[in-house]
Amino acid sequence: MNFNATLIGQSITFILFVWFCMKYVWPPIMNALETRKKQIADGLAAGDRGKHELELAAKKASENLREAKSQAGEVIAQAEKRAAQIVDEAKSAAKEEGDRQIAAAQATIDQEANRAREGLREQVAALAVAGAEKILRREVNAQTHADLLGQLKAEL
Amino acid sequence: MATEYASSGEYIKHHLQNLTYGQHADGTWGIAHGAAEAKAMGFWAINVDSMLFSIGLGVLFLFFFRLAAKKATTGVPAGLQNFVEWIVEFIDHSVRGSFSYKNAMVAPLALTVFIWVFLMNAMDLIPVDWLPYAASMAGVPYLKVVPSTDPNVTFGMSLSIFFLVLFYSVKMKGSGGFFAELAFQPFQAKNPILKYLVFMPINLLLEGVGLIAKPISLALRLFGNMYAGEMIFILIALMFGGGWILAVFGGTLQWAWAVFHILIITLQAFIFMTLTIVYLDMAHAEHH
Repeated sequence: MNFNATLIGQSITFILFVWFCMKYVWPPIMNALETRKKQIADGLAAGDRGKHELELAAKKASENLREAKSQAGEVIAQAEKRAAQIVDEAKSAAKEEGDRQIAAAQATIDQEANRAREGLREQVAALAVAGAEKILRREVNAQTHADLLGQLKAEL
Repeated sequence: MATEYASSGEYIKHHLQNLTYGQHADGTWGIAHGAAEAKAMGFWAINVDSMLFSIGLGVLFLFFFRLAAKKATTGVPAGLQNFVEWIVEFIDHSVRGSFSYKNAMVAPLALTVFIWVFLMNAMDLIPVDWLPYAASMAGVPYLKVVPSTDPNVTFGMSLSIFFLVLFYSVKMKGSGGFFAELAFQPFQAKNPILKYLVFMPINLLLEGVGLIAKPISLALRLFGNMYAGEMIFILIALMFGGGWILAVFGGTLQWAWAVFHILIITLQAFIFMTLTIVYLDMAHAEHH
């Protein structure tokens, strides 16, 4: 073994290399490693959170769906009720209208019949008067028997 | 290639010779030829090959890791970033496992130690003759390509780590606390005479040896393993000059040893890093 100044040169070199490594090599790499570790942890946590939120959302969605279904059923029931009601109302209205028209028609008929009867009676009375006139022309004075004739006419 | 040398001994010596630059005995500056000349240069000489390869590998490491660090995204990583993150996480995990204090320097230190030592060790997997042969073509007489087979390199690192250990020991426990740790254990007594006159010297000796043994064992373990591995590669390479049967056998052996060595270079880098972390952890720990 032969010791010489290489020993000192080697020591200085070694110290410089360690200094360089400590200053420019180790920190950036360690930093990158730590940051990535944190990112991965964050990512995993976010994934878990997302999963949890998904579950919550699914639960909420099914709840909403159920509510919507029950609401829809209610609406349909109401609509059916309302429809039945409308039909009933329409029925009764139609019936009323029909009755009213029937009544009106009856009234018209009665009126027409009355008028016809009246006309008929007048005609009969006129006929009877005419007949009586013909019979009584000679004996009956129209002026003197006007009361009688009028009374008769009213009775017919 | 071993046939170019006068003897196997010369071949081995040549491969174990660093490219040492320093002052010759006659006062001129130049490259040492042979171990004796290198030794004669004394302390103020430098192993050019060790320095170049270790700095080159360190720069390579920092270049690629800096590249990845600059482009580091928090999104999906790809390619280089993936690889770098894998290593960084492995180091971070190791540091968290054995270092229980807050110190921003320890993890980057461990990363540098691990990758740098690994890369220096990995030079061992390049067939022993390739680079020295290429260098000799270019006019460079000696080249040792594995920096971690140079004790200067391993001691350079382990002594730097040792100074960090001393620094943090004093910083965390105070110089008194650090001294107490060395002087008043493992043997403890209530009696002041026994405590200061008998046990203190023994404790100081024991703990002092334990303390000094840390950087020395750290450096020697790495150096010894890599040196021995290199030596075996050189011995195997000697077979290539001994006829085609030996050459085929040597080739097989070299392949097998290289495969096994992949384990060793990684293991040694890992041990060096782990012990660095453990020593620094001990420096931070308070003993009562």
